Amino acid sequence: MNLPAWLPALHDLPGLPLAGQLINLCAAIMLLLAFAMLAQRRIVTLINLFALQGAVLCLSTAIVALSTGQSHLWGSALLTLLLKVILLPWILHRLVHKLSVKWDVETLFNIPTTMLVGIGLVIIAFNVAQPISEFAGTITRSTIGIALACVMLAFLMMITRSKAVPQVVGFMSMENGLFFAATSATYGMPMVIELGVALDVLVGMVIFGVFFFQIREKFDSLDIRHLEEKTKQE
Amino acid sequence: MSPLALILLCLASWLAIGLIGAFFSRQFVLVARILFPLGALVGISVALAALSAIFTGNETAMLPLGLPGLPFHLRLDALSAFFLFLLGAVAAGISIYAAGYFRRGQGSTPGLQCLLYHLFLASMGGVLLADDAYFFMVAWESMALSSYFLVTSDHRIAEIRRAGFLYLIVAHVGAIGILLSFGAMTGGTGDYTFDGIRTNAPEGWLASAALLLALGGFGAKAGLLPLHVWLPEAHPAAPSPVSAMMSGVMLKTAIYGLLRVTFDLLPEQQWWWGALLLGLGLATALFGVVFSTVQSDMKRLLAYSSIENIGLIFAGIGLSLVFAANSMPLLAALALTAALYHCLNHAFFKSLLFLATGSVLHATGQRNLGRLGGLIHRMPWVAWLALLGVVASAGLPPLNGFVSEWLLLQSFLFTPQLPHGYLNMLLPVAAGAIALIAALAGFAMVKFFGVVFLGQPREEHLAKAHDAGRMERLGLIWLATGCVLLGVLPNFVIAALDPVTQLLVGAGFAQVSASGNWLLLAPISEERASYSGAIFLGGLLAFTLALFLVVRTVFHGRLRRADAWDCGFPLLSGRTQDTAEGFGQPIRQVFAPFFRITREHPSPFDKEPHYRIVVEDPLWHWLYLPLAWLVDLGTRVVGKLQQGRIAIYLLYSFVTLLALLVFTTR
Repeated sequence: MNLPAWLPALHDLPGLPLAGQLINLCAAIMLLLAFAMLAQRRIVTLINLFALQGAVLCLSTAIVALSTGQSHLWGSALLTLLLKVILLPWILHRLVHKLSVKWDVETLFNIPTTMLVGIGLVIIAFNVAQPISEFAGTITRSTIGIALACVMLAFLMMITRSKAVPQVVGFMSMENGLFFAATSATYGMPMVIELGVALDVLVGMVIFGVFFFQIREKFDSLDIRHLEEKTKQE
Repeated sequence: MSPLALILLCLASWLAIGLIGAFFSRQFVLVARILFPLGALVGISVALAALSAIFTGNETAMLPLGLPGLPFHLRLDALSAFFLFLLGAVAAGISIYAAGYFRRGQGSTPGLQCLLYHLFLASMGGVLLADDAYFFMVAWESMALSSYFLVTSDHRIAEIRRAGFLYLIVAHVGAIGILLSFGAMTGGTGDYTFDGIRTNAPEGWLASAALLLALGGFGAKAGLLPLHVWLPEAHPAAPSPVSAMMSGVMLKTAIYGLLRVTFDLLPEQQWWWGALLLGLGLATALFGVVFSTVQSDMKRLLAYSSIENIGLIFAGIGLSLVFAANSMPLLAALALTAALYHCLNHAFFKSLLFLATGSVLHATGQRNLGRLGGLIHRMPWVAWLALLGVVASAGLPPLNGFVSEWLLLQSFLFTPQLPHGYLNMLLPVAAGAIALIAALAGFAMVKFFGVVFLGQPREEHLAKAHDAGRMERLGLIWLATGCVLLGVLPNFVIAALDPVTQLLVGAGFAQVSASGNWLLLAPISEERASYSGAIFLGGLLAFTLALFLVVRTVFHGRLRRADAWDCGFPLLSGRTQDTAEGFGQPIRQVFAPFFRITREHPSPFDKEPHYRIVVEDPLWHWLYLPLAWLVDLGTRVVGKLQQGRIAIYLLYSFVTLLALLVFTTR
């Protein structure tokens, strides 16, 4: 089968063991979820998608851990499960409930344009990741491009949303992509770094939570465009 | 206890004194009457320890402070010991004076002043002791910051804040230059200890780049043209002891840094470095002295005079570099001795004069020369002690200013031995310029002393001026004694400078005092030129006494007091005297191209005529304002990036990320 070189995920399909195929599946779902988040207008669904992405990340990490015997990856998987699947979505849900901001997400650009830009980003990400994945010696190396694409799509989501909560979700989704990239390129970062990053995300969440309340108290809305007007006046 | 340990202990006690002052910041009596005199005692011990260290030679130590794996290296050699002596001796006088100077309810709290002042002293000591670029920069920046806060201690006045800000900017631009210079000197080895720099020091253009950067950096601190603009602004803004400290000692740390870099760290000197320094120094000196003659603010006048003296010191260093690069160590040592001697002299007489202006300021509340006058009757102590400083600063024998200027001129007279045709022709011109500068400095000092202390009081309230307090007098006497001793006993000073010049250029003048002839100073040979301050002083005293007695006995011997200027004109007041502006007018005419003058003449029919003249620094308009305009333009362009929208900011980092990914993986 002569597949084009820019599709590394499928390139070495024949002969790939089951674990590798499962990881590729997870990667595909991650990318799909990233696009879903980019297209999603409702905040509650967005949070659910984020939790789902976390779950897929957790699953793929666990598969890598099982197939390669890297025991510290179990720790990362557990951390992901606790933090990104359970704790953060719960906090976000509670925030949204308390702030009663279940309304539709307004985007700065319309959704189809964003999706098109996203596709362009994925192509760039694959091209960029190709030389890296040639160096990586892991069974998951074909997914680096997807991980990078997830990071970029999350970044794009942060740019295109005008409400504060989706931006935070984008921020944390970016961290998901980063984590995935680390797992696929080098079997995860050292545990210390992973713990540190996880803590950062948690602290970031708390700070954002405080900010949300402050913003709303000040402007009666979570729309950051009010903040922009404020800075312009000053 | 070794000298280095003693000096370190002294620096630590300065810090401790400062901290105690900050802790009991409201206890005025404790801070002013106990802590500052204690600081003066510490200063004396620093000076004594450093004096012994000049002769005992090298001593190194390592302080387990700083970053992990990057300790502070210290070294006490003859050069740093000499400057530490200067620091300690001058600081002692200024601290004693400051004990009487700071008053209740003026500026920031005395405790804060005490902390900053002693931090300033300790960090200057740190600069002089540092043996690696890291500690040097740490101490250098602490020095700059503490002095900035001292300058702006009256921060409620907008003008003072502005002056302090200017000082801060110039100091930091200079610090960048020094930092880059150290970077160039390590040559990429990453070894920032001075020992490492000495072994790996670069040659060729990299060495020249390091020198130029260091010259810019240290020149900014010393007030070298065209980086001098902060001096005339910061000195009037600062409290007088601080001005004295900055002018007397802090400027010398820049000289120290330049000497350390040019003679010690860089292995080989190029003759054109010397020519550059010499030219810059002379230009600075001429510029400074011409501007000091036309000032009407007494502290500003002294600040410009500091610029002049720094210029002379730089010229001496430049000449020494020229000689050293042509392997004439003895002549290099002569020029360097002159420069170092002038450092010491300037530290003493300029601190003395700044402190005297402080007393005048306290007594009258005036810095403007046009509102002072006749203070010698009200403030005899300050006036007579200031007279000593004035005579020293004017470079008249038998005081110290003459000795160093004489030595400098002597070293210029040896330039025909140089193997460079152009230098041979140009350096006599430089010697002439030095003579001109010395004469103009005398003019400026006559103006300073004459307008402030002589004549009639120009304002009514000057009659109520009081003399300096006991502590202030003690500080002034300490510094004035230094001026006299340095002038009368030059052979001892030159003998003490011998280890320094031995270290830097490999020759010295220890023999001048070893020959037993301590009265007569003859650095090269007695046939060539010699000078004796003590004999001159003795002769002067004898002549004055004789004249006094002759006038007293032969002449009528009666003292008659009459109204001043009473030549038949009934309506003359204290205002009918030569003003500061009037006195400086000839110089203003002669050197008109130097200035940027705006003048308003009154109309002949005006009932209340006003004459206004503003003399400004043309460099400010030619160099600094265009620079400020450029920076403003640049920031305006960059400011367009600032949209205040989070999405835009995110987009910036996104695009950067993409660009980096795409371009770096290719």
